[in-house]
Amino acid sequence: MSEEARSNWPLFEVFLRSKRGLNHVHVGSLHAADATMALHHARDLYTRRNEGVSIWVVKAADITASSPDEKDPFFAPSGDKVYRHPTFYEIPDSVPHI
Amino acid sequence: MGFDTAYESISEESDSGHRWAFGTGFTDPLAGVDTSVPAGVDGADLAAYCLMLGDDALIMSHRLQQWLARAPELEEETALANIALDLLGQARLLLTRAGTADGSRQTEDDYAFGRAEREFRNVRLAEVADADFAGLVARLLVFSTWRLALLVRLQSSADPVLAAVAAQGVKEIAYHRDYAAQWVIRLGDGTDYSRQRMEAGLAAVAPLVAELFAPSATEERLAGVAVIPAQLRAEFDAVIAQVMAEARLDWPEVGWLDTTEGSGGSSPRAGAVGLFGRGGVHTEAMGYLLAEMQSVARAMPGATW
Repeated sequence: MSEEARSNWPLFEVFLRSKRGLNHVHVGSLHAADATMALHHARDLYTRRNEGVSIWVVKAADITASSPDEKDPFFAPSGDKVYRHPTFYEIPDSVPHI
Repeated sequence: MGFDTAYESISEESDSGHRWAFGTGFTDPLAGVDTSVPAGVDGADLAAYCLMLGDDALIMSHRLQQWLARAPELEEETALANIALDLLGQARLLLTRAGTADGSRQTEDDYAFGRAEREFRNVRLAEVADADFAGLVARLLVFSTWRLALLVRLQSSADPVLAAVAAQGVKEIAYHRDYAAQWVIRLGDGTDYSRQRMEAGLAAVAPLVAELFAPSATEERLAGVAVIPAQLRAEFDAVIAQVMAEARLDWPEVGWLDTTEGSGGSSPRAGAVGLFGRGGVHTEAMGYLLAEMQSVARAMPGATW
């Protein structure tokens, strides 16, 4: 296989849902020729220690991400709006994961 | 080796939740399994059968381990390491079972590192070296297809230990077969060059296939405990045909192993009567493989670390 062909394998991002987790969590990335192979690679790389029951893979190129340059207009306005947080009442002990 | 307690320390029950990211809920495949030899089963035969299946896994695992640091991609390397570890796990259980079944109390290490070439009972398919990655996936496809068919049937063995090992192994080997099939299809149905390499890989393993279904006296005597290899042929052929069709490849012509006296077999490497892996007769590759695999244990007998 030529070096060019190797470097052409696109990057995929891997998301796992563990037995106890509630959501799929980003665990890392890998290279694969297509989505099916990416799923296999994810199984081999990220579930070796019994971590997962469900895997998502998505091409890194397909993710639209916020840019560090836009950090202020994107995130700073929420910094002083403490009333948006549900912190003004007691959470019962029997309600986990909040 | 702390093998027995390893499961307990990371089991669901003893985990307080703080290590959940590393996974929990591991299960010991032999938990609650009666390990005494069932009535009416000859212990020596059972041990011999465990050695056959255990050696297949051990030697195939070692060949896979030799791919580490040589695999074409990091991701493939981890996949091969996982497969090698699965097989090593099966080998450990089976070799340990051999030592208890015949009452010799030999350990898995005694069997793996203390035997000479003629005492190994693995099929020769497990021991041959791979010319390239296509050769490896061709061999892995044949090995996994055959072993999966075998283990599926072994789940109903009269020996509870063999049945438990098989039940665990079926899940593992099903993935190995899938992995190998995916690559055979990718390479076979890929470019002209990848197809050429894949065809060469299949041609290298095809002569070793007949041996997998050869009758052996041990299995005949262990009715209800062992699986008769000839019964696996139909499933094997069907699965291989399906993969070949998908990969648009032709399976090289391979005949049954001819066991008539002096025939020398139906293909150049089929072996003469009884003279193949199960009978302790191996290819040239086996000596080199064992020399490497046993070197540390032989240099430092009884060492622990």
